[in-house]
Amino acid sequence: MPVQTAPLLSGALMLLECLVREGVDCIFGYPGGVTLPLYDALYDHPIRHVLVRHEQNACFAAEGYARSTGRVGVCCATSGPGATNLVTGLVDALMDSIPVVALTGQVSSKLIGSDAFQEADTFGITRSCTKHNFLIKSLADLPQVLHEAFYLAASGRPGPVLVDIPKDIFQAQGHYTPVNSIHLPGYKVYTEGHTGQIRRAAQMMWEAERPFVYAGGGIIHGEASEELRQLVELLDAPAVCTLMGLGALPSTHPNFISMPGMHGSYAANMGMTHADLLIAIGVRFDDRVTGRLAAFAPHAEVIHVDIDPAEIGKNRTPELPIVGDARRVIAKMNKFLLETRDEMQPRNAAARRAWWGQVNGWKEEHPLTPEFSDDEIKPQHLMAEIDRISNGEAIVSSDVGQHQMWAAQFIRFNKPRLWLNSGGLGSMGFGLPAAVGAQFANPDKLVFAIVGDGGFQMSVPELATIANHGLPVKIIVSNNGYLGMVRQWQELFYNNRLSAVTLDGFPDAEKLAGAYGFKGRTIEHPRDLRAALEAAVAEPGPYLLNVRVSPYENVYPMVPSGGAIYEMVLRPPEPVEASR
Amino acid sequence: MLQVISLLLENKPGALLRVTGLLSARGYNIESLTVARTLDPTLSRMSIVVDVDATLRAQVIKQMNKLVNVLQAIDLTDVPAVARELLLLRVRAPLEHRTAILKEAEIFGARVVDSSAEGVALEATGDSEKVEEFIDVMRAYGEIDVTRSGLVAASLEHKKLKLSPPVQKPEPATVK
Ligand SMILES: Cc1ncc(C[n+]2csc(CCOP(=O)(O)OP(=O)(O)O)c2C)c(N)n1
Ligand SMILES: [Mg+2]
Repeated sequence: MPVQTAPLLSGALMLLECLVREGVDCIFGYPGGVTLPLYDALYDHPIRHVLVRHEQNACFAAEGYARSTGRVGVCCATSGPGATNLVTGLVDALMDSIPVVALTGQVSSKLIGSDAFQEADTFGITRSCTKHNFLIKSLADLPQVLHEAFYLAASGRPGPVLVDIPKDIFQAQGHYTPVNSIHLPGYKVYTEGHTGQIRRAAQMMWEAERPFVYAGGGIIHGEASEELRQLVELLDAPAVCTLMGLGALPSTHPNFISMPGMHGSYAANMGMTHADLLIAIGVRFDDRVTGRLAAFAPHAEVIHVDIDPAEIGKNRTPELPIVGDARRVIAKMNKFLLETRDEMQPRNAAARRAWWGQVNGWKEEHPLTPEFSDDEIKPQHLMAEIDRISNGEAIVSSDVGQHQMWAAQFIRFNKPRLWLNSGGLGSMGFGLPAAVGAQFANPDKLVFAIVGDGGFQMSVPELATIANHGLPVKIIVSNNGYLGMVRQWQELFYNNRLSAVTLDGFPDAEKLAGAYGFKGRTIEHPRDLRAALEAAVAEPGPYLLNVRVSPYENVYPMVPSGGAIYEMVLRPPEPVEASR
Repeated sequence: MLQVISLLLENKPGALLRVTGLLSARGYNIESLTVARTLDPTLSRMSIVVDVDATLRAQVIKQMNKLVNVLQAIDLTDVPAVARELLLLRVRAPLEHRTAILKEAEIFGARVVDSSAEGVALEATGDSEKVEEFIDVMRAYGEIDVTRSGLVAASLEHKKLKLSPPVQKPEPATVK
């Protein structure tokens, strides 16, 4: 009989032991009644716990941590209201495939189902908000479940996993038995990719006259940026990165066109439309990219590489599907491309030159250029100035709205994991807490939180977290006085009947930041912009820069919803005065 | 269009909800669902009949296969398969109809499971069409009460069960 040498541990300590073994150094959370035993264990534990000011922000911060590092982000909440507050963040992580482990306390096992104080059916509520979730029923299961949760969150197509833990399990005593293997027979992770298909793909790439690379968040999750760069260069194909994929290919790369889709560039959307081969990797043919699906890339054969077989053929049926890990698949593709290059490359050389001529023509015809004005700060100007300071290197965490689209259009990202935004869920309130998480994970990096005046006010509680830790996050409010993106749609599609979109009552930024003990400032004149941004960045601590931007600026180009992506509206039809 | 799905899944709390949730989240109506454990008590076999647009059938199967608790999801709609339902039917009929009822039951291979002064309880199995026909026939004899099991379906082809092998820990907790 094996001698039991491990000391007795409480469930709470056992959980922390599992986290340590998973390499967790920091968790974002908010305590409550049923997690008291866990917080007692955290009191003198080396794992750092960051007290956020709202559980939704615990999950967003964990996402910021995960998105900026690739490591699993961990958040923690109490039962009932704590758990329900996590929901938006969980769905956000699910939509964008972000590895997050959420730990929630639950009422004691005996009380489950009795409508006990702060009881909610967290397991039921979060089933559809997570990649998978667990309710722990016995302490003996805890280590296995915890390690399974981390494995599920990080492997395959990443996503959020929630573990619900009743209070009595935190308190029970037991022995930690190391978990040496994870056995989830029904959980399939497809990594290699079918070699025959990959070889075919290389062949198709050489044969194409108008190849076009459509790269998404999967490249970033799959750490495949370097392989993507090689592919794009081998093939010398134009490439776009989706909103989720920005930074997958350096924005300064000569083959990089820009972002495609609803607010994508003319060249990106025309390129998709005229391509005869679309090389789609780590993308999901989202409606914000494709516009009217039936008119999307009408001349193209599609090669679709994705780690999730359910993405293949979900929206567009590819001529050549490849299920596998982006990095391994592209690496193999590159090998085949290289082997056949000398023979194949010269065949289409003339057609390829003509294709580049066409693509460059579109770029010149309607470039994405920021607007400037002498007497007001155009939001595009703001982004261009942030871009100048960042120079493709800063972490930029964006909220949701017009400012998000302008940031995506005008800020360059020369590496993956710099651009953090809520792409799939489009959840306002994401930008600031995600920047908090990213700054904790990257203490020495410059982190901008670019937020609208609407989204900022959803995140105000986290100013305390920032102040508390002296986090040097640079909060830039693109303040147009409106729920700008909604106002834009009301202007364009609802006869400018502006309903419930004015945001009068924004606080004095200097006083607000001052109240939290850090610096803030409001600017409204373009001549102050550069210096104000530089001063914000030079400040060793946090900074709140409230930038009054033109209230009626709209995001262009724009594909009206339901339109084909080549039916872009490139600029406002005529100046429209909005009525307040 | 009705799709018949056979699922092999882990016999764990919540597993059923994951499957039905996947369908209800997409607005599909479940026509019938049966579930029971297999020879291996840790697993259940489920048969589902669900109304799904024909073009989305493959997507539904893929989504089901993605569920961690699902070991295998197979579309039985167009492959060789047997599908049966169990019907429990009570017919309230006067004594003079009994002979005729028993005759009909015999034709349909139904068995009497109870008989009282009020009427007869019958048990029948068959494919859904046959079960429906039997119900129609019985209607003629009096007021009826019907409980159907829903379809239980099995593939006639052997489809290899692909299971993921155990993964060794410790793996660094990073993506990839
Ligand atoms: C939580 C949430 N509620 C509502 C919306 C709908 N919505 C999308 S953009 C937007 C306006 C955002 O306004 P603001 O933060 O000021 O940014 P702007 O568009 O003005 O740059 C709204 C309300 C949303 N995306 N998320
Ligand atoms: Mg605004």
